[in-house]
Amino acid sequence: MQCTFSDGLIKKIERLDGFGTEICRISLGLKNQCETGFFLTPRVEFAQTIRMEGGPRSSYRYRQGSRIITPETGDIQEEVIMKKSVILGALTVAGVMAGAAQAATLDDVKARGSLKCGSNSGLTGFAAPNANGEWEGFDVAVCRAVAAAVLGDPQAAEFVPTTPKTRFTALASGEVDMLVRNTTWTLTRDVDLKFTFTGVNYYDGQGFMVPKALGVSSAKELDGATVCIQTGTTTELNLADYFRTNNMNYEPVPIETNAEAQQQYLAGACDVYTTDASGLAATRASFEAPSDHVILPEIISKEPLGPLVRHGDDEWGDIVRWTLNALVAAEEFGITSTNIEELAKGTDNPEINRILGTEGNMGELLGLDAEWAKRAIMAGGNYGEIFEKNIGESTPIGLARGLNAQWKDGGLQYAPPFR
Amino acid sequence: MSDLSYVRTELLPEQDPPLSEVGVIGWLRANLFSGWFNSILTFVSLVLIYLLLAAILPWLWSPTWNAGSLAECREIIAELGKEHGGACYGVIRERWPQLLFGFYPDAERWRPIVTLIGLFVALAPVLFTDLFPRKMLWFSGAFLFAAPWLMWGGSIWTPVLVAAGLVIGAGAYRLLVPRVGNLAAVIAAVVAPLLWWFLFVGPVSSVLAPVIPLGLEVVESRLFGGFMLSVWIGVVSIAISLVLGVLLALGRQSDLLIVKYLSVGFIEFIRGVPLITLLFVASTLLNIFLPPGTNFDIILRVMIMATLFASAYIAEVIRGGLAALPRGQYEAADALGLDYWKAQRLIILPQALKISIPGIVSTFIGLFKDTTLVSIIGLLDPIGLTGSIRADANWNGIVWELYGFIALLFFLSCFAMSRYSMWLERKLRTDHK
Repeated sequence: MQCTFSDGLIKKIERLDGFGTEICRISLGLKNQCETGFFLTPRVEFAQTIRMEGGPRSSYRYRQGSRIITPETGDIQEEVIMKKSVILGALTVAGVMAGAAQAATLDDVKARGSLKCGSNSGLTGFAAPNANGEWEGFDVAVCRAVAAAVLGDPQAAEFVPTTPKTRFTALASGEVDMLVRNTTWTLTRDVDLKFTFTGVNYYDGQGFMVPKALGVSSAKELDGATVCIQTGTTTELNLADYFRTNNMNYEPVPIETNAEAQQQYLAGACDVYTTDASGLAATRASFEAPSDHVILPEIISKEPLGPLVRHGDDEWGDIVRWTLNALVAAEEFGITSTNIEELAKGTDNPEINRILGTEGNMGELLGLDAEWAKRAIMAGGNYGEIFEKNIGESTPIGLARGLNAQWKDGGLQYAPPFR
Repeated sequence: MSDLSYVRTELLPEQDPPLSEVGVIGWLRANLFSGWFNSILTFVSLVLIYLLLAAILPWLWSPTWNAGSLAECREIIAELGKEHGGACYGVIRERWPQLLFGFYPDAERWRPIVTLIGLFVALAPVLFTDLFPRKMLWFSGAFLFAAPWLMWGGSIWTPVLVAAGLVIGAGAYRLLVPRVGNLAAVIAAVVAPLLWWFLFVGPVSSVLAPVIPLGLEVVESRLFGGFMLSVWIGVVSIAISLVLGVLLALGRQSDLLIVKYLSVGFIEFIRGVPLITLLFVASTLLNIFLPPGTNFDIILRVMIMATLFASAYIAEVIRGGLAALPRGQYEAADALGLDYWKAQRLIILPQALKISIPGIVSTFIGLFKDTTLVSIIGLLDPIGLTGSIRADANWNGIVWELYGFIALLFFLSCFAMSRYSMWLERKLRTDHK
């Protein structure tokens, strides 16, 4: 498919998925025309039909946010997003159609008044509902910060529990706006699955836990062990790689959830339990006798866990990325939930001022208001506060900052400048 | 020898049976110790039961109702000096509303409860036909439309207008039968409500809603969870699959070629596929096939899949009932001059369904329990919730208490269904009384 415009602009078309939905970014001038394949039918909900001059099948609907762009108002030289989907559009029976065009996620979120986050259905410290049904955790806090930045209310985040198997479809299909579900940033997920990782909120690595009674002190001694492993995750692949490179054999015991793994491991169905080191710590903390189990020193993989969004909507990706950056930067510059009101009155540090919106127009550039980052930080505190509250050393999980310390303290958390 | 004989003229007074044959001892002798082999078996069984209870009861008897975390439970149990640990009931106390209602808003929880009570009232005249007046069936009919409204909320006009579609269908049929004949009228009676539902219900309801703004707060599907979700999916699927199943069974027996092979194809396809596959289709594949941005309620998708799945099985169970009827019954119905639908309604189905009751009920029980499979696609039914609850740092590591509680809930529901079916079988039994 190719879009041709009278002003000569031909923009590359990005494929969103393998099923004929295409997004093309065009600059709208007057008298644009769009050549489409004969079978393509345009479909964008909540927009009126307009006629494009000279178009072969000239009933295209455009929207930019909630505004309808018509050729008559086409002097607005802004990016609009046009979506086309194949005959499948015919499958949408009335009543089934209720969603909105995906490409402008920010507008959808604003129109809906809530942010849909794909979350883990339960991972200690990272995401879990409390007794009142409110979601809490380290990943959840990131989502609430985005909700606060975009919608002004951390409670406007809705959480859609996903499993390792359903999470990517949920994001790709638009069921959720972003996924914050301890998902490892890998090349295939980024490139092949067409997602954009917007940062790393937790640097993790895969470790092993064994009962002390086994007398194992290094992962190199695990030849022939039975290993409990969560299916559909990168840990499964890392494990295979590690054992292959070390010429060892193992017998996998596939399991679906962390909770199931604990039970299997305690019941002796496997000698070793392997998952991210953070998960191991949380699991070990819940045992009746934690000291009977040891976490082996080897960390066999890099697991940068972070939020991700769909390809093709960079504006939305920027918002998620910079919200996370704002949380990290806030810790670096000492902005906390307690002193933020004070600092927001203006300080001598221009970077703080830019983050908090008293200087510059960062919010405007992102398509938000000036106080977006202030609200994001107030939602649950800065990165360090969120860490301490949910998974830090004062919690039962008791994770040390380690790799997740600020870069000044020897960690990897490093926010690019707000400038 | 004289030829004398003595004949007793009065009866001996009745005596109590020997002590070893009556009462507890008699019962024991007859049932438990009626021979050396049975005596050994009885003894061994008693020992086994004792061992089992000795293992379970101390664990069950555990004063941890008020504990706020697993660690507290362990402290309490350690203080009591129990050797093999004990149950930690604190998690049930803290989380039972969640296990029952999921994330349904606190203030709205009366709605599922009212729906459940309404369900029993609506079922009463259907299940216990002779105990309740037939007029209550009107309530049952209305309940079909009120229940989704109560659960999901929204404007009251939507269910009212949807119900009006049925009236329109019936009206179209009555009106057209004398003019265009039966078949055309039936087609019109199907098409007219469909047109009404798809084209007019939405606009009319949005016109009426501001004029008479009656309605309940909308509760989104993602807030549904816990046992309520299982019951809701189960009840809706059971109700619809029974109707679909009867139609499919009749379709499979039909002489109409297309109807027959459509039914056969549907039944064989659905039965050839595991439910979990259908659920994955509902949760992931449909998302890919439908245009992006389409928001097709996940619970609705799951309900449709569960209904289709159950209806294929029900169809086969009922076909068994139909096949068990002697050919004479069909011929007798024909001989009476009944048309197809009358014959089915008055002669064939009442008998076929009666024969199929055990099969139908066991399909239902199976379906109800299968609803827990939705946890695999990320819905928080009771099983899915156990994972979320354990992810709470306080309760990480708790297993048996949660599963036991859920098992108890399911057992009560399924046992009730099973007892009802036995009662129904006895009531409908017309032979060998």
